[in-house]
Amino acid sequence: MDLILVNLIDGLVTGLLLFMLSAGLTLIFSMMGVLNFAHASFYMLGAYFAYQISLFMGFWMGLLIAPVIVGLAGAGIERYGLRRVHQYGHVPELIFTFGLALLIEEIVQFIWGKNQMPYSPPEILQFTLFSIAGNAIPAYKIFMLCMSMGIFIALLYVLTRTRVGMVIQAALSYPKTVEALGHNVPLVFMGVFGVGTALAGVAGVIAGPVLGTFPGMAFLLGSIVFVTIVIGGLGSLWGALVASLLIGWITTFAASYNVAMADILVAVGFEKPADLSESALRDLWSLTLPQIGPILPYLLMVLILVFRPYGLFGKRDV
Amino acid sequence: MNRQAVQNQTTAPQGGVTLATALPWIISTIVLLFIPLVFTSNSAITIMNQMAITIIFALAYNMLLGQGGMLSFGHAIYMGFGGFVSVHVINYVEDYSLPLPLPVLPLLGGLAGLALAILIGSFSTRKAGTVFAMISLGVGELIAACSVIIVVFFGGEEGVSGDRTYGLPVFGIEFLQQIEVYYLIVFWLLLSALLMYLFSRTPVGRMANAVRDNPERAEFLGYSARWVRFFSFCASGFFCGIAGGLFAINYEILTEENLNLVQSGSILLITFLGGVGFFFGPIIGAIVFTLLSTVLSLQTDLWQLYVGALFLAAVMYFPGGLAGVIMMHWPAFKMGNIRLLIGPYIKTFTPCLVGILGTAALIEMTFHFRHAAIGDEEMTLFWTTFNSHSVLPWLLVVAVTAAAFWLTRRNLPEMVAAWHTANSLPGVSK
Repeated sequence: MDLILVNLIDGLVTGLLLFMLSAGLTLIFSMMGVLNFAHASFYMLGAYFAYQISLFMGFWMGLLIAPVIVGLAGAGIERYGLRRVHQYGHVPELIFTFGLALLIEEIVQFIWGKNQMPYSPPEILQFTLFSIAGNAIPAYKIFMLCMSMGIFIALLYVLTRTRVGMVIQAALSYPKTVEALGHNVPLVFMGVFGVGTALAGVAGVIAGPVLGTFPGMAFLLGSIVFVTIVIGGLGSLWGALVASLLIGWITTFAASYNVAMADILVAVGFEKPADLSESALRDLWSLTLPQIGPILPYLLMVLILVFRPYGLFGKRDV
Repeated sequence: MNRQAVQNQTTAPQGGVTLATALPWIISTIVLLFIPLVFTSNSAITIMNQMAITIIFALAYNMLLGQGGMLSFGHAIYMGFGGFVSVHVINYVEDYSLPLPLPVLPLLGGLAGLALAILIGSFSTRKAGTVFAMISLGVGELIAACSVIIVVFFGGEEGVSGDRTYGLPVFGIEFLQQIEVYYLIVFWLLLSALLMYLFSRTPVGRMANAVRDNPERAEFLGYSARWVRFFSFCASGFFCGIAGGLFAINYEILTEENLNLVQSGSILLITFLGGVGFFFGPIIGAIVFTLLSTVLSLQTDLWQLYVGALFLAAVMYFPGGLAGVIMMHWPAFKMGNIRLLIGPYIKTFTPCLVGILGTAALIEMTFHFRHAAIGDEEMTLFWTTFNSHSVLPWLLVVAVTAAAFWLTRRNLPEMVAAWHTANSLPGVSK
């Protein structure tokens, strides 16, 4: 029972972190119809910028400044790169963001090298807040939790209660009409792209100290973020939230419960072969849940795409 | 992409085998047969083998991306799967001494690729565009991740290796030497390139173009867009499998690296760089990329940075790729105006090239300044050795680069004007 509680908290932290990335990505997708492959790269940039700033001004200034820089960079890339490629169609747009992801990784390696950066949580948060049956919960984890919750609520408020949010929502469905009403839709696009990448930057700043700040961090998280928004339904903010939490919990629980396939097979009534090394099915017998945990999200995504291409909450076919 | 499609249509031959349509094939056959006599070193043959395999893979990939309009982010798995099956066949044949000649092995690899493509394509080709791209990414990641888990088939971390000289020499050839493997690969390269070209001329191949450009209209004409996509997908999987079989013969080992996203990404890069609008685009892409990656990677640690920048520049400014750039000059060439462009091109592109090399030099110097071992202040660039910590080389390179870019900008309008003159009919003022 205690382990379940600890896993619930861990999964929640992972899930909400995923949500910060997938919220921006799904917003960008529903506006411009382009899946931003470089989204996780902005997350990485956030972590690196924050690390660099924290060397001079401390963690908190990094948390404040780094996302702004990332957002500005994102808006600039939308204005001078993506908008140019837009005229060629969707496939070149996808390819452009794919190339951007490669280039950002190379640039990060060029500037900071290939090793992991010694980026750590601020001293003030380095203590154990409480513990559940001997499992210590660090304060930083709860800080991450509160940050992501706060951002989610703020995002929800802006999108549904403010005038800007209304324009954004309208531009999602009827960009031509909104333009005819006198709103600058390209500017809205640029703003959404900037805010989306800034959110990814925030996620990078607060995840960098825990998950490690290294050139492969974008690659590690990048495809999972895609999986998340596809499962949740492209363009749906609630879908992104539910799918993020789902994936967060699935991966956390799969990693901590050592269920072996051999036990299941024996329980069903198969007999374990005496000499496993010669059997063609030896991999099936030695399979465990933590082993297949990382690929469960992909499996879920393929199943969702085959049986319900709208995703869990999506309204339109992608 | 529509513009490219139109060009594709206009350059298509009107049926029948003429000398003009057969000539490129004859020339490339002769070149491929005699090039080992020019570049005789072992390393050159190794590079050519790799190039030929990449060409088959890129052409097969372009059957989807260029001709079918389907963007796949996990296409390495079809080549990898064909390769893994081939390696297992090699080992099986060796263990049980079956009479299977090595030259037919790529066919088995192709059939393996086809089988996997039928399985995956049965659900992934339902939609084109983003859904297809996402499913291909998901399936690709799934299979790449499985390669670590299913050790029996994929061999885990160290992969599966075999020995191509498993006995049964074919007409006395045992495939001990690289050159023998080269001719085997060339045979399969010509055969599969020809088949892929002919496929693009069949009704299914033409319908793939139609479905790419306007699936709705194709459906109204009575064609099932889904089946057309499925056929293209299966054909592509088959040729990827052939490339995988050749890879297995050439390298005698397959690992997780042949399946992962990096491999899938680089084939996308190669195909796009070469140009997706034309049949020969991926061939150029494969040749240029293989040369770039082997030559550049010997010269600098930062070659991936340059390739990435080149790729982004290509997407932004030349969406038709290298083949598109070449074919842009076809109208001017036909009108006999191409010589008008030579002068302005030299005047603009020479400073432009110097500017790019200067920028690269600045990047290299920064890299050396920051990352070289302490005390190691000497660096060699463009056959000159200098101290990267002194001011003079920096000033010199910055000045040269800035001047070069300034010259490029100054000469650009002249080139644009020449371009317009070369492309307008005689007597017609613009």
